[in-house]
Amino acid sequence: MWLNASNPQLNKNGELHHLLTLEGLPAGILWQILDTAKSFVGVTQREVKKVPLLRGKAVFNLFFEPSTRTRTTFEIAAKRLSADVINLAINISSQTKGESVLDTVANLAAMQADMFIVRHAASGAPYLIAKHVAPEIHVINAGDGRHAHPTQGLLDMFTIRHFKQDFSSLRVAVVGDVLHSRVARSHIHALTTLGCPEIRVIGPKTLLPRHVETLGVHVYHDMRAGLKDVDVVMMLRLQNERMQSALLASAQEFYKYYGLTEDKLALAKPDAIVLHPGPMNRGVEIDSSVADGAKSVILPQVTFGIAIRMAVMSILAGN
Amino acid sequence: MKIHIKGGRLIDPKNGIDRVQDVYIAAGKIAAVGEPPKGWSANRTLHATDQIVCPGLVDLSARLREPGFEYMATLESEMDAAIAGGVTSLACPPDTDPPLDEPGLVEMLRFRAKTLNRARVYPIGALTVGLQGERLTEMAELRDSGCVAFSQADAPLADNHVLYLAMQYAATFGLPVWLRPQDPALAAKGVAHEGQVAARLGLPPIPVFAETAALAVILLLARETGARIHLCRISSAEGLNMLRRARHEGVAATCDVAIHHVHLSEMDIGYFDANCRVMPPFRSERDREALRRGLAEGLVDAVCSDHSPVDEDAKQLPFSEAEEGTTGLELLLPLTLKWAAECDVPLSKAIGRITTDPARVMEIDAGHLSPGAAADVCIFDPNRYWKVEPAALKSQGKNTPYVGYEVAGRVTCTIIEGQVVYESGTAKR
Repeated sequence: MWLNASNPQLNKNGELHHLLTLEGLPAGILWQILDTAKSFVGVTQREVKKVPLLRGKAVFNLFFEPSTRTRTTFEIAAKRLSADVINLAINISSQTKGESVLDTVANLAAMQADMFIVRHAASGAPYLIAKHVAPEIHVINAGDGRHAHPTQGLLDMFTIRHFKQDFSSLRVAVVGDVLHSRVARSHIHALTTLGCPEIRVIGPKTLLPRHVETLGVHVYHDMRAGLKDVDVVMMLRLQNERMQSALLASAQEFYKYYGLTEDKLALAKPDAIVLHPGPMNRGVEIDSSVADGAKSVILPQVTFGIAIRMAVMSILAGN
Repeated sequence: MKIHIKGGRLIDPKNGIDRVQDVYIAAGKIAAVGEPPKGWSANRTLHATDQIVCPGLVDLSARLREPGFEYMATLESEMDAAIAGGVTSLACPPDTDPPLDEPGLVEMLRFRAKTLNRARVYPIGALTVGLQGERLTEMAELRDSGCVAFSQADAPLADNHVLYLAMQYAATFGLPVWLRPQDPALAAKGVAHEGQVAARLGLPPIPVFAETAALAVILLLARETGARIHLCRISSAEGLNMLRRARHEGVAATCDVAIHHVHLSEMDIGYFDANCRVMPPFRSERDREALRRGLAEGLVDAVCSDHSPVDEDAKQLPFSEAEEGTTGLELLLPLTLKWAAECDVPLSKAIGRITTDPARVMEIDAGHLSPGAAADVCIFDPNRYWKVEPAALKSQGKNTPYVGYEVAGRVTCTIIEGQVVYESGTAKR
């Protein structure tokens, strides 16, 4: 076994080999990614937006679940690193379930792939792929089921650091559909590792996983109480299909109790910032005046997303 | 064929025997224990010094995958696995394709099994036609063709009314109904125990109350109908508490657990190990402890392999898409010995849980070595360690969380009806 048995993301030297989750990654690696990303922010603002770090490398975007935003930012990031990018949108329903996952990967690996960016609807799918690819291939999880979305988690950490510098005195609230959110899980692990002393999750009981407190968070069902004196508000997207089930009564009621409005945000610290991983449902989980307001850092998030993905890819390629 | 089993430590829990004693087999039956019958001369002597001689194991649940799922396993491969594991009698659940819902299928399966001359197969009939959960099967007819009990396996019933009627109908004929309590709606889409691991890994959860809610209904209806109920694969501490209370109130339900649940918990899922995808799910450490204690106390009547061979492709999938089940026939004995050693359970009691106790649940005359009984015997070396490797398993299913582990207890000889069918590594045809 060439990978570290206790953590399949790390190689024998304890360096990052795959990025599958932020859970269990040493703080040093998170800081390294954040620092590296900082150096790439400059690149993305130059006139010639390319560096040759991944020249000659083939990066495969392997999306078993549709995504525009994440796939595009990965593609831009890889291209700015001078890699060749191949996009594959795999319609999973047309195939005999996941059986094809490993077959697909084996075929692509035979085409001299160097890196797989994987999105899949099932939690843990990137682990399966990482376990089966050749040792020189790197796998990046671009979102798996409800489990993890590590690059989103990292770009949000980058954003927080950009505006708040230090994590060690922050009070952060994660608001909304934590149950179905891979982003929220990545937030919680990253914040914990980076030394954030107080993480709150806010939502109705139907949208918080049972035993979520075992992840080291404080649970609030009253949003006003949960937002009191927080430094960072991390909103989560509420998918429309949740309204069709018994999880919630209506979008209106959700908005009234868990939508981020100016008056609720006023309970947070005066210099609080608001993040959202996008795409937003205005008028459901967030009010337009907040989304476009002075405290919103939603657009910088998108810009930093490219730098973070460049950082992750360049670090993996270097290890 | 007259066989003399010489010098072994005989453990026959039903007869309260645990001492070095010889066993004499003639004409397919136990001829004598201790002193040889008059004028005895053996055709064959099996030397069992430093080994344990016990009744052949009785397994309450082993999926043989025939008919319908031969790509996963065949009767041949799984019957070989059974005798390699010392199992001489086994009950097979009705969830084949087609399900065991009509006498012709049951007779066919029994005939196929008999011609293989391996373990005795006791089919469990489907409770409803096609396991669809709606119309009752011809249970009395199925009993006449050889079904020992009736079950839905893991398939849901349409509603509690069907459950009530099925119990009423079974009770009419005095037929046992075996049920694995799980509310299908509360468990819908779930793949892992609702606990810290599922919360962390983002796996859709199956709460304990999916088991206990269904169990409450079953126990209530058992009392109302007087049906003979056996509860399969209880997985939670709270489930066992409910059973304990029901027994105090006079409900005569029996209960089993799967051997893997005695050892593993949600933590063993690790990084999405699909070999830990089982039904019911591995639950918390606390639940696991309760199962271990319940089995020692006798609250849990028996432990079974819940053998479910799955083909490799069906496990090489993301956790939630992987097929459920673990292979178990060859691990039932070593894992039971492991439990006994870890929980200070006397060997005789532990062996009882895989011989005479399950035979009592199945209401078959097996699992003991009384003179005159069918000579179904397992001889094993309790101190022989072996590594669980795919190549070391006879079962076509190589899916087990124990791959790579070393376990103690290796069967050296299996005898069915006085015939040596398995001996140190090979099946005798």
